[in-house]
Amino acid sequence: MMLAQSGVEIRDRSDASCVADNGFCPRWIADNLDRYADPLLQHVYLTLVSVAIGFAVAAALALLAHRRRWLVGPIVNVTGILYTIPSVAAFFLLLPLTGRGNTTAIVALVAYTLLILFRNMIDGLDGVPEESRDAGRGMGLTRRQLLWRVEVPLALPAIMTGLRVAMTTTVGLAALAFFAGAGGLGAEINADLAFKSNVVVASALCLLLAAALDGAILLAQRALTPWSRAA
Amino acid sequence: MSALASILSDFGEALEFIFTERESRAGGSEIGGTQLLGLLADHLALSAVALAIGIAVAVPLGIWLGHTGRGTFLAVGIANVGRAVPSIALIALFFAFLGTGFVNVALALALLAIPPILANAYVGIRLVEPDTVDAARGMGMTGPQIVRRVELPLALPLVVGGIRTSAVNVVATAAIAPLAGVSSLGDPIIAFGVYGESGRLGASIVVAAVAVATEVTFGLAQRLADPLPSTRRTVPA
Repeated sequence: MMLAQSGVEIRDRSDASCVADNGFCPRWIADNLDRYADPLLQHVYLTLVSVAIGFAVAAALALLAHRRRWLVGPIVNVTGILYTIPSVAAFFLLLPLTGRGNTTAIVALVAYTLLILFRNMIDGLDGVPEESRDAGRGMGLTRRQLLWRVEVPLALPAIMTGLRVAMTTTVGLAALAFFAGAGGLGAEINADLAFKSNVVVASALCLLLAAALDGAILLAQRALTPWSRAA
Repeated sequence: MSALASILSDFGEALEFIFTERESRAGGSEIGGTQLLGLLADHLALSAVALAIGIAVAVPLGIWLGHTGRGTFLAVGIANVGRAVPSIALIALFFAFLGTGFVNVALALALLAIPPILANAYVGIRLVEPDTVDAARGMGMTGPQIVRRVELPLALPLVVGGIRTSAVNVVATAAIAPLAGVSSLGDPIIAFGVYGESGRLGASIVVAAVAVATEVTFGLAQRLADPLPSTRRTVPA
């Protein structure tokens, strides 16, 4: 994970003149792609753990606010403030409390997912047609059964949309996690900002990761909501 | 107990850095206190230029796409890709390929500002009731008149909402501009050797405050931009 800390160390082997010019060097990239494997895995780890925790917290808040409507406003306001604080600032504000490393990065990244996830969950639950609820009640479902068998399934598309936005946003923000000492692809970008090959490869990996995770959620959504496929 | 004390003293020193000048760690120059005002001015100038470029590109484009009804794919696609591009990647790409300088970093930040403004302008225009547009057409308004006097005023809250999202984003990202050699409030964060622990934490507090102030200001502007305030029910954001 701690591969390259300075611009000197990162460059070796082939393509000497291109590399010396800070150029875009396909051969250097082909030879050095393995350098990016560990930072990429760390990036995946930060993203998945943060979104998973964020999803659990947001779901708990959404279920609570679904029953007690007056909580929606305060929760949106508080998570909105968290969302507004720049991630770089958040990492350093947390350092005295949680120290350098994954914990600080994950706490900050979780905070950013909450507003997106919570709002989509509440919007999804609010969007359930009253007729569907009535039909469920008519079938004798209890409140709990109504929630899990009618409301949550019908809210799934909105929830999954929120999950996709949260996931791609977190991939982007995790690129700044190196400020908190948590590595990731941003650390590689920062290790040699002037070297075109390095910047292009690390940035492209961020984009590919975002696209891959986005596609995975989309597939999961199709599998979870087979009834919406016809529409 | 001692952990709490050390946390409090960290934040205490950071606040002291914000309000009083002292000599830099290597000596020679004054840092903290009023020196931050200069960095704040740099930060706001960089953000304002970037946001202005972003607005100048994204608002007309979004309105045009929305008015003609073409380019759903384009507007939504740009918004989705834009979210996934890490801010540091944009700044690094501009730095690596175009070099350092105020203009290059401002352009990178402007690119960051475009997707939310474009998507919101597009959606805002598309959400105007077709009946309203028909009525305007029936009154003999031309295309440009419909845009200027009907669609744009009705879409304005969403347009300003997009600008608000981008403004907060740009102000936040301007904090890493010093990585590409451009001065901003991020200086004490990046140049740890000069400013030390208290400078880094102090600057983080100021950056957070500036971002919240930006959010509040544009939130107010968004409310003022609504031509039909009493008829709308929006989720408080």
